[in-house]
Amino acid sequence: MNQAPLVALVGNPNAGKSALFNALTGARQKVGNYPGVTVERHAGRMALPDGRPVELLDLPGAYSLDPSSPDEQVTRDVLVGRQTGERLPDAIITVVDASNLDNHLRFTLQLIALGLPIVVALNMVDLAERDGLKLDPEALERELGVPVVSTVAVRKRGLDALKDRLGEVVRGIHSVRPGAGVQHDIVVLQRRARQIATAVTVSETAARRWTHRLDAVVLHPVAGPILLLALMFVMFQSVFAWAEAPMGWIETGMAWLSDSVAGALPAGFLRDFLVQGLIAGVGAVVVFLPQILILFAFILVLEATGYMVRAAMLMDRVMASVGLSGRAFIPLLSSFACAVPGIMATRTIADEKDRLTTILIAPLMTCSARLPVYTIIIGALIPERSLVPGIGLQGFVLFALYILGIVGAFCAALVLRRTVTRGATSGFMMEMPKYQLPRLRDVALGLWQRAEIFLKRAGTTIAATVAILWLLATFPQAPAGMKQSEYSIAGRIASGIEVVVKPIGFNHDIALALLPAMAAREAAVAAIGTVYAVDNPEDAQGEATITENLRNRWTLPTALAFLMWFVFAPQCISTIAVARRETNGWRWPAFMIGYLFVLAYVAAGITYWSAVALGL
Amino acid sequence: MNVAAAIPQPVRLAQLPRHKPGTVAAVDWNLLSEPEGRRLRELGLDEGVEVEMLHRAGLLGRGPVACRIGRMTVALRRHVAAAIHVSPKPGR
Repeated sequence: MNQAPLVALVGNPNAGKSALFNALTGARQKVGNYPGVTVERHAGRMALPDGRPVELLDLPGAYSLDPSSPDEQVTRDVLVGRQTGERLPDAIITVVDASNLDNHLRFTLQLIALGLPIVVALNMVDLAERDGLKLDPEALERELGVPVVSTVAVRKRGLDALKDRLGEVVRGIHSVRPGAGVQHDIVVLQRRARQIATAVTVSETAARRWTHRLDAVVLHPVAGPILLLALMFVMFQSVFAWAEAPMGWIETGMAWLSDSVAGALPAGFLRDFLVQGLIAGVGAVVVFLPQILILFAFILVLEATGYMVRAAMLMDRVMASVGLSGRAFIPLLSSFACAVPGIMATRTIADEKDRLTTILIAPLMTCSARLPVYTIIIGALIPERSLVPGIGLQGFVLFALYILGIVGAFCAALVLRRTVTRGATSGFMMEMPKYQLPRLRDVALGLWQRAEIFLKRAGTTIAATVAILWLLATFPQAPAGMKQSEYSIAGRIASGIEVVVKPIGFNHDIALALLPAMAAREAAVAAIGTVYAVDNPEDAQGEATITENLRNRWTLPTALAFLMWFVFAPQCISTIAVARRETNGWRWPAFMIGYLFVLAYVAAGITYWSAVALGL
Repeated sequence: MNVAAAIPQPVRLAQLPRHKPGTVAAVDWNLLSEPEGRRLRELGLDEGVEVEMLHRAGLLGRGPVACRIGRMTVALRRHVAAAIHVSPKPGR
């Protein structure tokens, strides 16, 4: 066998497992998925002191080998060799939080009983000491009967010792004990864990002073919610304010690329295809990368500091009123960036009905891909005047669209929990980690992974969509006197769709944009741009042209109905695909598509008719 | 000497004053759903464990509470905290 030994990194949530994984593997990581389930598989390479390579597998955090969520199930299945697509690990590194031994050791005892070679990383010893807890690692090693190494993963301390001991167990120096299988009696394990924890504690004084002081403010009945609201406000404000400059750079870069290509190629089909179709289309989407990254940066930092659990706690009351729990807050907040990671984040919700409801309403959170559509329509058709001094009408409409999505989601949850996802709630119970300064490296790594996913999407799904759309919109060439956007294949398809959406005020442009918007919402902007480009090929391209055309061709009621459609309509194939993976079948995604389409159609219709009746 | 005063009566964790630690005397598992009970055990709750009320979130006493269980801080809903009976530490 010439495969590198597989070592599984296992531990409780909040034990510092991912930090240790990052410290051991550096940037040599691969993120994939387990077949059949959607739990992400994080694997990386590291070398032992003697130079042998080892494949390190970062398993999802778990409290025990009795899974209560899909994440924990993968951890259990991998460790007993039952996970499809994964071999049984050759060894385990189990990470325990030094300041939380009596709890984390219970899981460790369960892992040791499996009989695989194992090393215990006694992590965050620095924090434990700061908390006034002095431990004896050698005593712990004697009590457990397996190697124990003190580590501080975030400062890369103890890593060499850990690799040494790992090298020994992988080489089989420590004899493999006969496995006792999975030990299920939590109470027995817990008591033994507490005994050991007491035995290895040299001295102990009051703990977590800083965390308690901060929590006194963060969880305060009055100050807490105000702080949460303020944080959310700053977050969304920053998405717009900070992104402006980098978005300008990307636009400049795209314009330069477009000009260079146009200059280098002879006039003709290929040049038009590249410049008007591909570069304009992909560029219209890539320009939103800064906004998406800023939103993700906030979410990653809030999670890394430990604040997110507090936010979940503060929101639990509100969530409970619609039949969800505070845990749903984190996936829903992530869905403001993108519903795909949001839906994936529901895996931490143990209760199946809770989780399903959260998945079904996640697309109602206004994702960042809807922003470009909102921005351009509002900019073109909502008058730029103040509603009251200091608050502009345009900003207010944008805000209202976000709120509408949230209100829609809550109403949907309320109805769903009483009908299709009826059932007892599993309640809300979460461990509250200590506050920590986020590690810049870990946040940067997370952002890089998000950027990679987004750019890949822009380069594949979105590029293909805009290319196909451009071809369909360009051929066949319309004879003189006929509009290209109506004569072309795309135009004819749109004319078919128009029949259905005409009652809710949608025009031919919108009908044409609806299909590409399914591939990626942002593509709606590119699609509308394409319509105007093929109709007036001599005109300059870009946002200004789109805006001008919108003003000439759309009415205000139509624009409002279109915005409303975007609040509710099920969109983007990726969201539907991830919902299918997360719910293991087409049943729930089909339901999701259905209920969202009905919601969108009705909401857009009511908006259009009301606006017309009001004479807007 | 009043014997009853020397041995504190168990109170529900939900009613325990803040920062007055006690030990878990009994848990009314019947008041909890099966997954709630299991999760609570996984978080280390057991008879004899030291617990302490730390923070109460939400207005009108309706939000979840943060308590210490052993060395771990855990967020619980009020009805769960009400199912845990605690003997306050004497002399505190």
